[in-house]
Amino acid sequence: MNSPETPRLTRDDVAHVANLARLTLTDDELDAFTGQLADVLDHAADLEALDLDGVAPMANPFPLVNVLRTDTPVDHDVRDEVLAAAPSIEDEQFRVPPVLGEAP
Amino acid sequence: MSASAAAIAADVRAGTRTARAVVEEHLAAIDAREDEIHAFNLVTADAALARADDLDRRIAAGEDPGPLAGVPVALKDNICTRGVPTTCSSRILDAWRPPYDATVVERLGAAGAVAIGKTNCDEFAMGSSTENSAFGPTRNPLDTSRVPGGSSGGSAAAVAAGFAPLALGSDTGGSIRQPAALCGTVGVKPTYGRVSRYGLVAFGSSLDQIGPLAASVTDAALVLEAIGGHDPRDSTSIPEPSPDLTGVLGGGVDGLRIGIIDELMGEGVEGIAADVKARVEEAAAALSAAGAAVEHVSVPSTVYGLSAYYLVAPAEASSNLARFDGVRFGLRVDADTAAAMNTATRTAGFGDEVKRRIMLGTYALSAGYYDAYYGKSQKVRTLIQEDFGRAYETYDLLLSPTAPTTAFPLGDKTGDPMLMYLNDVCTIPSNLAGHPSMSVPFGTGDDGLPIGVQVLAPALDEATMFRAAAVLEEAAP
Amino acid sequence: MSDGMGERVSDAIVPGWEVVIGLEVHAELATATKLFSTARNEFGGDPNTNVDPVSLGLPGSLPVLNEKAVELAIRVGLALDCEIGRSVFARKNYFYPDMPKDFQISQYELPINGRGHLELPDGRTVGIERAHLEEDTGKSTHVGGGGRIHEAGHSLVDYNRAGVPLIEIVGAPDLRGPEDARAYVAELRAILVAIGASDGKMEEGSMRVDCNVSVRREGAAEFGTRCEIKNINSLRSLGRAIEYEARRQVDLIEAGEAVQQQTRHWNEDEGRTHTLRSKEEAYDYRYFPEPDLVPVDPSDEWIDEIRATLPALPRERRHRLAEAAGVDTAAAALTVERGMDDLAVDAIAAGADAARVLVHVDNNLADGAGRLTADAFAALVAMEVGGDLTATQAKTVLADLVASGGDPAAHAATHGFEAMDTGELESLVDRLIADHPDDWAGFVGGDDKERKKKSGFFVGQVMKATQGQADGRIVNELLERRAAGG
Ligand SMILES: [Mg+2]
Ligand SMILES: [Zn+2]
Repeated sequence: MNSPETPRLTRDDVAHVANLARLTLTDDELDAFTGQLADVLDHAADLEALDLDGVAPMANPFPLVNVLRTDTPVDHDVRDEVLAAAPSIEDEQFRVPPVLGEAP
Repeated sequence: MSASAAAIAADVRAGTRTARAVVEEHLAAIDAREDEIHAFNLVTADAALARADDLDRRIAAGEDPGPLAGVPVALKDNICTRGVPTTCSSRILDAWRPPYDATVVERLGAAGAVAIGKTNCDEFAMGSSTENSAFGPTRNPLDTSRVPGGSSGGSAAAVAAGFAPLALGSDTGGSIRQPAALCGTVGVKPTYGRVSRYGLVAFGSSLDQIGPLAASVTDAALVLEAIGGHDPRDSTSIPEPSPDLTGVLGGGVDGLRIGIIDELMGEGVEGIAADVKARVEEAAAALSAAGAAVEHVSVPSTVYGLSAYYLVAPAEASSNLARFDGVRFGLRVDADTAAAMNTATRTAGFGDEVKRRIMLGTYALSAGYYDAYYGKSQKVRTLIQEDFGRAYETYDLLLSPTAPTTAFPLGDKTGDPMLMYLNDVCTIPSNLAGHPSMSVPFGTGDDGLPIGVQVLAPALDEATMFRAAAVLEEAAP
Repeated sequence: MSDGMGERVSDAIVPGWEVVIGLEVHAELATATKLFSTARNEFGGDPNTNVDPVSLGLPGSLPVLNEKAVELAIRVGLALDCEIGRSVFARKNYFYPDMPKDFQISQYELPINGRGHLELPDGRTVGIERAHLEEDTGKSTHVGGGGRIHEAGHSLVDYNRAGVPLIEIVGAPDLRGPEDARAYVAELRAILVAIGASDGKMEEGSMRVDCNVSVRREGAAEFGTRCEIKNINSLRSLGRAIEYEARRQVDLIEAGEAVQQQTRHWNEDEGRTHTLRSKEEAYDYRYFPEPDLVPVDPSDEWIDEIRATLPALPRERRHRLAEAAGVDTAAAALTVERGMDDLAVDAIAAGADAARVLVHVDNNLADGAGRLTADAFAALVAMEVGGDLTATQAKTVLADLVASGGDPAAHAATHGFEAMDTGELESLVDRLIADHPDDWAGFVGGDDKERKKKSGFFVGQVMKATQGQADGRIVNELLERRAAGG
């Protein structure tokens, strides 16, 4: 969508989102993805023609509310299966390389 | 092609044929052509035979295993099966064995079906040709130089090749209906919320639906009856029982009002081939001959579907696929820090199309762009749903092509993502609105390959949709 | 800002400067299962035992909302006088190993509880901006480097806590010092415990406080730039962290530098905060409505049903006792905090002197009322006020009543407590004055301090002579009378 509010996607934008998404791109990939993603956003420029004032965004196609379950515990007993499928474990926990920085 | 699911189940329940014989016959068909087609990521032959033997014992003991007794079913490899590898055709889930079954797997089991393997697909269901699989493409059984469509291409190919009478696929923007059309099978995307998504590895959560691929409308109806209905494990599951479809199939279309969507016949969207349009007009004529009042109708906002879809689906996908981080399951590529490990794992584990959509979706949600992209697209969905709503005030059903063309050659569109995305232009609007639609084979194109006609219905009216599909199946050239 | 607290300049840490504090409190809700799955919500336990596909964020798993968590959130909303309405869950996207899906399901634009307020014991109110539902994370243990995050060799993740329901209560920046902050957290905890929403245990991490601090010159209308302080694990750390952070900010400004908007970490051992990340490094959380969940829109009937089951809140109990006792709410606070307000109100209603009742409850019943009934309490206080028992004797009888119940007169008789004849006491006091002329001179002519000291001396002598049977109050009255020439 090329309009003043939505400037054409740049290589820096793609590098930024790759970083947010925890992906590394080579320079060639960065060039290729920039072009391809910009094409998709260009196609989406057709939406600018629509008058969407007062239109509510759809979150769920079928408007259900208050889908709740009772607070009753279930013994799932999946620990062994889950730990067996983990890339690395130690003391029944998931082992990861050092975490630098704290959670937000 | 071998017998229909309905016929197999009838024989097996009656004891005139064993489930083992049925499974062996299909395993033999797989043996004969699977190397060439590559419909499966995994054929679970031993488990299928063991399951068949168990069914045979139960039948011998006087039990009735259910309406799909002994029928082999192929499962798209993004549907979780306990203890059986579920890969989404991605390196990042290489050999991951889920500790649980998807609800649809449980329900098929309860109906007596026999899981025969996990089918190939575009990685994480992102694609329209099954070429985006980490394990290589699937080929169209009707012409192996062509794609089977996608993303449920392995499921469509398995049914078309006679590897299994039934398959499950998932449909986020056309991923059941488009391959069904390209492989000449029936493919159904149910109403959003009709079939539980519990155990389906999510792509676009507000769009995803599991549905059947089958050689006939009846078989598709049997599957949807078995897997549909409320599931408390999926909060978006509609609290309604599974619809009676097999009981209404013979109902015909006499007196129904049916509209052909102008925009999807090329008066709005690009690239609808002439032979495809011709078959849709012939299908309309067949419905008309069967007593329906058919006319052309405009559903104007459907032309915005593609744009909205390629913002909404990637946005949800970017978040859904964050969990593939190398911490708890699947691939890990080690590195000095947890964050570097996440990045190394994801960079090595995801293919290009997945990366493309993750980045597109991340962008569409990012600070400063949310309103322009994701927010706006969700409003467009409301417009599309309202537009359909207006059409359904006049018409019981709508009609359109399923795919713009017949199956295209492998490699034809892999270089240009936007060109590939255009395959979904006719199927996307139903996903955005949450409405049911299905593809029914109706003749062939100039190249002799199958063409599918799409029948669209308002939310929860699968029954009327199936009635029209049965008429089209009967009338198909 | 809310009503009530804007004017107050209290607890000045640096003269001439005002500290502005807003707290975000996360409390774990007391449910049996997690917010979105049927795995158990239990503290402790072997690692990764209270997990299931949903709380581990396994592919294909889906969240389903716990009704009890919604009910408890509504209880919190009612207790804080929040606007309760339609709410929508949203995904907050960020990568972190202890966050299984790499997004947190929280509430963003539409929280279940909107604006409300909390009343402190002294009657001032603090604004509540919102109180929303969200899921907790798992727990990482950093191995090697003495458990310090930056020096760890690797980390281990336990997801037992992942998905536990939290209520995040965001307070307005209405607090003006460490005491305010502590009073606010204590009151909030008392409310959460009273309504059964949470066990409120800070030491077990079931209640956690993030603290936004800024400073401004006294009388300034604009807020200063704030910093958010994380990792505050006790009321004590809360006060220390605020004090440290306020001084740091004032020092910066007085040195001609600007405060940077930052997230900072409180280090309890070092007694200081240090920077975690600046505003520029702030995360882009890419919030969007959670497509796997549907809106929650509690009906008025449901809310009324929940309201009907709420106990009297600390605030109401303070007001009730304050009214009964003729004191202000601050004076009623300790009694309510100890849960003795029913006893006190009943004893007062039975005719007991309110001031004596509060003195006994606050000073002599710290370990509970045991078998003491309101009527016995009232009778005891009546005996004491009527001079039948001295304060010391009353305390002894009170202890008996707590231990074994019964009637105060009977206990007093067992101890041989009888009211001392006033004439007897007068002659004893006169004899002591005569025997200790220097001390008496000190009492009569000394300053306040000296006079107090000497009154203590004489009362002590009287108690010694009477083996504690005299009433100290009456002795003091006699001394005053003699000093005045009476
Ligand atoms: Mg917060
Ligand atoms: Zn929070």
